[in-house]
Amino acid sequence: MAIWDYANPTRFLRLVQIVLPWLTGLCVLAFAAGLYMSFFVAPDDYQQGDTVRIMYIHVPAAWLSMMCYSIMAVSSLGTLVWKHPLADVSAKCAAPIGAAFTFMALVTGSLWGKPMWGTYWVWDARLTSVLVLLIMYLGLMTLWRTMEDPIKAGKAAAILTLVGALNLPVIKFSVDWWNTLHQPASVIRMDGPTIHPDILWPLLVMAVAFTLLFFVLHLMAMRNEILRRRVRAMRLRAASAAQPGTAAATAQPAE
Amino acid sequence: MDLGPHAGFIIASYGLCLATVIGLIAWVHIDKANQEKALKELAAQGISRARPDGKDATPS
Repeated sequence: MAIWDYANPTRFLRLVQIVLPWLTGLCVLAFAAGLYMSFFVAPDDYQQGDTVRIMYIHVPAAWLSMMCYSIMAVSSLGTLVWKHPLADVSAKCAAPIGAAFTFMALVTGSLWGKPMWGTYWVWDARLTSVLVLLIMYLGLMTLWRTMEDPIKAGKAAAILTLVGALNLPVIKFSVDWWNTLHQPASVIRMDGPTIHPDILWPLLVMAVAFTLLFFVLHLMAMRNEILRRRVRAMRLRAASAAQPGTAAATAQPAE
Repeated sequence: MDLGPHAGFIIASYGLCLATVIGLIAWVHIDKANQEKALKELAAQGISRARPDGKDATPS
């Protein structure tokens, strides 16, 4: 089925109703397996000791913080270029989830950094660019709240999101472009991962669990946003009916 | 389970992530309940999504 088949919110809500229980079940199973592997299968690191276990949540949270913004950037293109009715709904609903993952990545990184680096924070390129990502998320969430019309807010936010997407390659390549305290990539590399499989597998399972969690929350938030726009449209219609002579409120595309 | 000398940092990391995820789950559930309540209240007032010409405002 083409993505345009789900431009209809009612059809999209029906799909969410079918998919969500399966996705939630898979997410719970992935977390159960990932946490078991992280604490009971994966060995201590020869240098980090047990502190390596923080990596099983820090790395997936950091990946998701970037994936979430990438989804927002694609959704923004959907809003501005293809004018898909659910694109701005997708972008708006991904922002708080992305902000939460970015927050998790920053705090768990700090909590790992203190015993390993001797400091909670350094203003190096990787940490600073991820902090900028968090600020971008918060700024976009604020922008959506400051504009009453969701369509106008969606367009403004889409432009800002695409501008902010320039930060994604900066985050990814910051460890190569600048001399940073943060270690370079050790999983997603041209010559393959440099991590031992005993540590790599729990990390990958946790990454799958985090990704499933993102999709579960994103679909739930999108469903809520569609309901919110329906409520808004009904209130506008009721208000215009109460004021004779006022033009009837027009329905929003995602209502 | 012995998490070594840095157990506090490990527990704090997992605890914080758990709290954040619980917060996200609570947010979507509370938001859903609020929107459904608002829709029910509007429906009880006789306000529907149908336009005056009898057609539904949402294509379905």
